Amino acid sequence: MINDLSRRNFLTRACGAVSALWLSAHWPAIVAAAEHAHQAAKSSAPPKFQFFTPEQATEIEAITARIIPSDETPGAHEAGVVYFIDRALTTFALDDQKTHREGLPVLQARVRELFPNLEKFSSATPEQQDQILHSLDEQADPARRHSRSNGVSSSFFQAVRIHTIVAFLIDPDSGGNRDGVGWKVIGRDREHMFQPPFGYYDKDYAGWQPNPAAAEKTKA
Amino acid sequence: MRPDLPKYKTSDEVDFVIVGSGAAGGIMAKELSTNGFRVVVLEQGPYLTEADFVHDEVKVIGEDLLTNKPKLQPTSFRKTPNEKAKPQRAIVYGRCVGGTSVHFTANFWRFHEIDFVERSKVGPVPGADLRDWPITYADLEPYYTKVEWEIGVSGLAGASPFDPPRSKPYPMPPLPVKSSGVIFERAARKLGWHPFPAPMAILSQPRPGRSACINCGFCLAFGCEVGAKSSSLATAIRMAEKTGRCEIRPNSYVHRIEMDENGRVTGAVYFDEKRNTHLQKAKAVVVCANGAETPRLLLLSANKQFPNGLANSSGVVGKYLMFNSGGVTNAVFEHPLNDYKGFAVSRLLHDFYELDPQKVGFYGGGGIDARFDATPIAFAMGGLPPGTPGWGKDFKNALAHNFNRTMELFCHGTSLAVETNSFSLDPDLKDAWGLPALCLTYKDHPDDLKLWAWQNQRANELLDAAGAQKKWSQPIRESQLGFHLLGTCRMGSDPKTSVINSDHRTHDVKNLFLCDGSSLVTSGRGQPTMTIEALAFRAADRITALAKRGEIA
Repeated sequence: MINDLSRRNFLTRACGAVSALWLSAHWPAIVAAAEHAHQAAKSSAPPKFQFFTPEQATEIEAITARIIPSDETPGAHEAGVVYFIDRALTTFALDDQKTHREGLPVLQARVRELFPNLEKFSSATPEQQDQILHSLDEQADPARRHSRSNGVSSSFFQAVRIHTIVAFLIDPDSGGNRDGVGWKVIGRDREHMFQPPFGYYDKDYAGWQPNPAAAEKTKA
Repeated sequence: MRPDLPKYKTSDEVDFVIVGSGAAGGIMAKELSTNGFRVVVLEQGPYLTEADFVHDEVKVIGEDLLTNKPKLQPTSFRKTPNEKAKPQRAIVYGRCVGGTSVHFTANFWRFHEIDFVERSKVGPVPGADLRDWPITYADLEPYYTKVEWEIGVSGLAGASPFDPPRSKPYPMPPLPVKSSGVIFERAARKLGWHPFPAPMAILSQPRPGRSACINCGFCLAFGCEVGAKSSSLATAIRMAEKTGRCEIRPNSYVHRIEMDENGRVTGAVYFDEKRNTHLQKAKAVVVCANGAETPRLLLLSANKQFPNGLANSSGVVGKYLMFNSGGVTNAVFEHPLNDYKGFAVSRLLHDFYELDPQKVGFYGGGGIDARFDATPIAFAMGGLPPGTPGWGKDFKNALAHNFNRTMELFCHGTSLAVETNSFSLDPDLKDAWGLPALCLTYKDHPDDLKLWAWQNQRANELLDAAGAQKKWSQPIRESQLGFHLLGTCRMGSDPKTSVINSDHRTHDVKNLFLCDGSSLVTSGRGQPTMTIEALAFRAADRITALAKRGEIA
């Protein structure tokens, strides 16, 4: 199971534990990053980046904004995802630092290759940006692209993609997911306790009715 | 207010040292200390409490806040004994006071009569060593009842026509039904099946010092912040401490059991947090370290008298490992279920608990439950239908649409005991303390995979009857990662083929007892913790009787 844990079979048996495996293989410790992003979100002063230069941060943020775009509802930008990633790279995610150092020039080269008139990823149109990212995504080794068990997000794009999703959906009380916008998008209420009825199908539940008698006990 | 807790000196020979504070160890500690014995519990993990439990998926899941830590405790895997094992995460278990019961789903089915006598009923299964237990369901029934009432289990007696006999109803009603449960119940009835409210070790009514479930939605993989989940931490450990005779000693990693020249164990050797070594002396040792760490500890404790591992004259320590087979089928419905609210499971069925091998063509049986147990990040990584893009507008739209509309059918089932499926000591790989790491050898018995496929078909039938808009089963694959760690020091009457007798005493060493998932002879149908706890209550009774008759010391 472990060698081919793909996104498709992620929810296999004991999902939480499988996700433990998956997540621990992919981001060693992102808590501090989340807290940093949270502080950045709370602060009125413009937050300082610790790993990225302002120019690099602009590029990374542009990528995150295509991974979870802002439309009628908030996206990665509104969730402050780039701050989360910056902090991750300055605290512990050393492997991912390298991934970013190597990845940013690759991105730049790809921009020039596909759109010779463009200076930067961030100045491309959304359609152009998607085209660039698709090329990065497809360039990844297919086996690796769908098999995330090797413990290192070797691909720059995959690293940014995963961090973006994490930063967008983490418990807002724990940092990241600024103002809980990610949870608003997926429709998860932020309350800490809930009362039934929970959803559409249990709201008109008439109550438990006993099964037919045990005499009908059947065997397949 | 916490009671005055005893602090025993390591040189003070206590009555019992218990290794591990999980489902079995917690109950063992509570029972033995209540019965008047002086008890030290050595737990390798930290002593976390409700205040430490948060909803942060990164901290809890990503960083293994509650579970074994691959960096400290690497493991290796191979399919067959002839291969060289490769380092990879092979097991997940709880590593904190309360053990796996802190983060588990809390499904609390009893085993049925058949689980104890299946060999007699179905005969031998080629490629497996299926055996009867030396005890029966009737022997264990009073202890199942004790578990339900003492730690708190919600459920409805008599709701399943397949349930085994019981001496008492549940102490409290079932938890509320979720939308997934209603969908499941209606569809199962259309098919003539018998859904019933899931028995859960989660409080539907408050108990002293513990809240009823508040349906916060961070349940599987998380610790309960209000004490509603009936973990050993929230129940037995606290009762043990109240006796004033039990010391819970966290951050204490036991790596050897010492033995004297008379063939009696004298105590447990452990590393403290600073990696200093201590020997806690005791008149008897009870190992409740789980189905992986219990056999490992015996193998690490090899000595002159037992060169192949302590209490391993049979050679079966670590062998006959069973994981429980099974997998997930997901479905998306038209309207919001909001199934992220609440505990995982509200409805279940046992119509396929006992399949007829002559009719289906394989040995086995199982249960199917309706659930949703994915927290937001986990859902985004793995909860969307096959073919959904992994980023961009369509990804975001799918997340936004499906998160509230998705449920799962989880098919749980038997695993057969196969001799080569085992935990052993890796010859090369070491843990952070320099001790040999666990090596997992596992290849599912073909019948386990056939059962999985068969139950997937039933799950798909149910979802069709339920009118799911979309459904997909997770692919069937051989296991390489264990959660349910069963059978590795199994119980039996024959010292040549088992490690412990029906009193949980090792055949080889008079004052050494083992009780946890390793004691199981068969795997049950997928939910072992209830049985592990019933065994612990029963074992504590047996051990108490032996001690009071002077047959241990």
